[in-house]
Amino acid sequence: MTGLPILSIVTFLPLVGALVIGAFRIFGGPNFAGSASKSIAFVITLATFAASLVALAQFHPSQSGFQLVEDVPWFTGTSYKLGVDGMAILLIVLTTFLTPLCILASFKPIEDRVADYMIAFLVLETLMIGVFCALDLMLFYVFFEGGLIPMFIIIGIWGGKNRLYAAFKFFLYTLLGSLLLLAALIYMSNVAGTTDIVTLQRFPFDPHVQTWLWLAFFASFAVKLPMWPVHTWLPDAHVEAPTAGSVILAGVLLKMGGYGFLRFSLPMFPDASHLFQPLMFVLSVIAIVYASLVAFRQTDIKKLIAYSSVAHMGFVTLGIFSFTQMGIQGAIFQMLSHGVISGALFFCVGVIYDRMHTREIAFYGGLVHRMPIYAGLFMLFSMANVGLPGTSGFVGEILTMVGGFQASTWAAAGAALGVILSAVYMLTVYRRVVFGEMTNEKLSAIKDLTATEIFILGLLAISALVLGVAPSLIFDATAGSTADILAGIGK
Amino acid sequence: MGASDIAALFIVFAPGLAAAVAGIGQRVLGDKGAMTLTTAILVAAFAAAAVQFFNQVFGAHAASVSHTIVLARWIDIGSFSANWAVRIDTLSVVMMFVVTTVSALVHIYSISYMEHDPHRARFFAYLSLFTFAMLMLVTADNFIQLFFGWEGVGLASYLLIGFWYKKPSANSAAIKAFVVNRVGDFGFALGIMALVFVIQPPAEFVGANGAVAASYLQQIGVEKFSSIGFDTVFGVINHNLAVQPIGAHAATAVQSVAFDFLGHHVYALEMTGVLLFIGAMGKSAQFILHTWLPDAMEGPTPVSALIHAATMVTAGVFLVCRCSYLYEHTVVAANIITVIGAVTCFFAATVGMAQNDIKRVVAYSTCSQLGYMFFAAGLGAYQAAMFHLFTHAFFKALLFLSAGAVIHGLHDEQDMRRMGGLRKKMPLTWAMMLIGTLALTGVGLPGVEGLKIGFAGFFSKDATIETAFVSHDTFAPLAFWLSVGAAVLTSFYSWRLMFMTFEGKTRADHHAYDEAHDAPWVMAVPLIVLAVGAVFAGGVFAHAFVDEGQQAFWGSAIFTGADNHVLHDRHELPMWVEILPAAAWIVGLLFAVFFYLLNPSIPRRMAEHGGPLLSFLQRKWYFDELYHFVFVRGAALLGDFFWKVGDKTIIDGGGPDGVTKLAKSGAGGLSKLHTGYLFHYALVILLSAVAFGAVVMLGRGGG
Repeated sequence: MTGLPILSIVTFLPLVGALVIGAFRIFGGPNFAGSASKSIAFVITLATFAASLVALAQFHPSQSGFQLVEDVPWFTGTSYKLGVDGMAILLIVLTTFLTPLCILASFKPIEDRVADYMIAFLVLETLMIGVFCALDLMLFYVFFEGGLIPMFIIIGIWGGKNRLYAAFKFFLYTLLGSLLLLAALIYMSNVAGTTDIVTLQRFPFDPHVQTWLWLAFFASFAVKLPMWPVHTWLPDAHVEAPTAGSVILAGVLLKMGGYGFLRFSLPMFPDASHLFQPLMFVLSVIAIVYASLVAFRQTDIKKLIAYSSVAHMGFVTLGIFSFTQMGIQGAIFQMLSHGVISGALFFCVGVIYDRMHTREIAFYGGLVHRMPIYAGLFMLFSMANVGLPGTSGFVGEILTMVGGFQASTWAAAGAALGVILSAVYMLTVYRRVVFGEMTNEKLSAIKDLTATEIFILGLLAISALVLGVAPSLIFDATAGSTADILAGIGK
Repeated sequence: MGASDIAALFIVFAPGLAAAVAGIGQRVLGDKGAMTLTTAILVAAFAAAAVQFFNQVFGAHAASVSHTIVLARWIDIGSFSANWAVRIDTLSVVMMFVVTTVSALVHIYSISYMEHDPHRARFFAYLSLFTFAMLMLVTADNFIQLFFGWEGVGLASYLLIGFWYKKPSANSAAIKAFVVNRVGDFGFALGIMALVFVIQPPAEFVGANGAVAASYLQQIGVEKFSSIGFDTVFGVINHNLAVQPIGAHAATAVQSVAFDFLGHHVYALEMTGVLLFIGAMGKSAQFILHTWLPDAMEGPTPVSALIHAATMVTAGVFLVCRCSYLYEHTVVAANIITVIGAVTCFFAATVGMAQNDIKRVVAYSTCSQLGYMFFAAGLGAYQAAMFHLFTHAFFKALLFLSAGAVIHGLHDEQDMRRMGGLRKKMPLTWAMMLIGTLALTGVGLPGVEGLKIGFAGFFSKDATIETAFVSHDTFAPLAFWLSVGAAVLTSFYSWRLMFMTFEGKTRADHHAYDEAHDAPWVMAVPLIVLAVGAVFAGGVFAHAFVDEGQQAFWGSAIFTGADNHVLHDRHELPMWVEILPAAAWIVGLLFAVFFYLLNPSIPRRMAEHGGPLLSFLQRKWYFDELYHFVFVRGAALLGDFFWKVGDKTIIDGGGPDGVTKLAKSGAGGLSKLHTGYLFHYALVILLSAVAFGAVVMLGRGGG
């Protein structure tokens, strides 16, 4: 196609913003940069969101394959190639939608090294968008692994007390995955003679080789998602991360794992994917049941929501490895839906953390008496999180389970247990934080939501409801991706 | 779209809109505004629904052929296709009438009952939200929208049980209700999955683009194939069409399809029927999943009347009747419904005898009456089940609201041991409660075919008992004898309630007794309207619901198999069977008179001495204790184990923490690693990229 390279614009606009803030920081001094950087970052992320909407408008949902492709040869066999299908463009829009909200939510709580924080966030946004539109494996790898660096910085500098432990844990897990992914990548490039993703998706890898390649990719994606038993970095990372970091971590970074399975593992290694289906089902169900039970016992509200994320991502892997239309559509939907809901829940935690500086559930209680608007919105997101029909949470869960049922009734029944358990932990924590008498005197002066907070949570609430009532908006766009993936897996 | 369609859309969506406006705009509207808006809308919806209903009963039977107003696409992936829609047929017309009637009356009643509550606007918003969800449930044309309403009423129920959110007991009860219902929904959801799995067109009828051939669709009479749409599912089952479950190599007639479910090879329709019924058991508080309903009495009393007596808890019965096309072709599933229903009607009645909280007595009574409805449906008399649902809505709402009037007039006293002698203080409430009791116990003149003399329950409850007598199903005798036994107990606990509350010398604290007063007129009007229903709903509507007029009335909404004659056979009963229900309520009454009017000291001494049977009944057969021990503590223990042993000791201990320890001992301090880890990581990535580039260049540079 001719005209503007819209995907490059969307991808690199935040980076440009980061450079501008960097220049301010060098020439205008840190103080000046601090206040200016907030506005610059917000405007830039808004512009990025607008640009992503332009890309979405140019995208034709009825066509299959990749669109808006940009292809510039880089070096032998490798090129700078971008392009999107329905799944990718929607994940990009999710990213560009959440990021300005994160910037907005960071205006008050971030007081230290503001310019640096904004730079880290903008770089992170570029890298996240790049992951979803890279059509070259090498390029993907750079974006995929590079995205961790700004996340480390955000947790490591603006995080809580144990931030170093959390970041270190994160580091150890991802390092293992990325080294194996790199090895697989080098091997594939040598065998296929290219790192072009579209070509590799059709390349007939030997079934025996597929197994090893699949496992290498699995190591990386399973950590990202995260799947049981490589999930323990997530609760620690969430607890230590600042609110906006948690929102991006849960809202976007976890989706890279699911995206990876759908973009690479299934189409490139179909035989191995079939081979490992039982394993993936077992791990998915364990994630759902185990993480839900652990969530139930948490005393730290952020940890609870982190474990809830692990459980909800279990539905994603269940849907993906059902190899059915409903399961895969449901998995893509569940990723988008979870991005909105878990993002909103972490914002909800941030609201009270900013006021009281503690995440202990026992500290709170009776917030409804002082914060009725907060109570209402938090209730809505809690219900979305337990998958109440009418919210987006329901659509993803039921479809992934319907898909799973077609492959294994055991897996579906196990996952359905999660539907009971999510109600247990979510309603319990809501009750302990929001309902009851307000006995803690420190809470007596707590204020309800500010206009900014109402704006942020209101937008997310509308998103959760619109997606829940009219999910076809999404399914029409992801039908093509799903058909391509199913064709690749040989179904 | 005709006028009746517009009316139907108004009935369903206006309460939802009112709820949203009252909920979000409560600060602008104020309490008065919110109450006026929601109540006015509900009264208007009631009027519209009443027109529909009476037309269907006495008029042209317009709803006997179902028709559906499709509003929008909801989820549409392959055969998983559900619309937002309003389906109009006799079942939904009846339910719309029941729901809007009770809801409108409860709205009016609450204006007075909740007079001093600071959160009235929120209360009315919840009431209207509930009504909207319930109406979405009953007008669904597919299982997914039904599930939307199903969970929506669950949400509203949760919010209303926990309405007084300061009270810990109310919060616990609210969570319990939601979670136990979710256990039922676990079955419901699996039932939906099973349907999608099984109800698939044979491969030969599916085109390359996934479209289903018109010749196949014509046999069902639908335009689009939907594995979760009522028309498709019931059409396929009823015509016993060939289906090809996902993964199957050949098509099979749907009634003989079997599949593997959790390691068992089972008939698909039987399994689906059982799974859907598990959902119904949760919502309708049937034996095993009943424990949430008595606790739900923590909510304000109007809520108990609307949600936990007249409407929401009957959703399970509605579901089973809606699925008559399915259950008429099952044996095991239908038998399970019969047994669970029969056991519940008896079990709940035994517990009801030993309760002292006036609301809990009525709650167990509800549980028990729902059992009657279920076994009737299980035996194939869906019409009788719906009839009892219909009359029960009136007299049970009446009983609850009268109990509310007692509680209201006695400064929030609910314990019957601190009541007594209230008849003179509140004669209107007494009269209303009396009518409710007569209707519940089924007082009427038996053995006179042509004459229809009796209270509502006389027609509907006796219809279920008679069904159990004439049915040839395996468990029909069990249902018959348990239901007759339960009728004795029902009469006993109902009169016990009457006597303990209204007769004898008062045991109330004398301030409370002196100030005790009858219901103000805003509360009295709904009571009187319901009392009219409790008297006449049986005799007037028996013809349409279960007697000669039933076929024309129900039309295609309820399916009755060719060999199912229970409704008809009911008319040729031996005399003793006709008289037995009357004997049952008389025996119950006599026992109550003996123990609670003539010799009130006997039960008091019995209560003091206790004994295993009494505590067994008072502790409700120890279900709560058992569940608490197994599930609540079990989940906590497992959760702790997974967290502390699984995550911390095994995974972290063997993984990152173990590595850290090694690093500590080997490399002289973690701090060095920490300060450098970011740099290291960046370096690793950079080096990897370089290495990768080098490998690629070298690998290809020569060739």
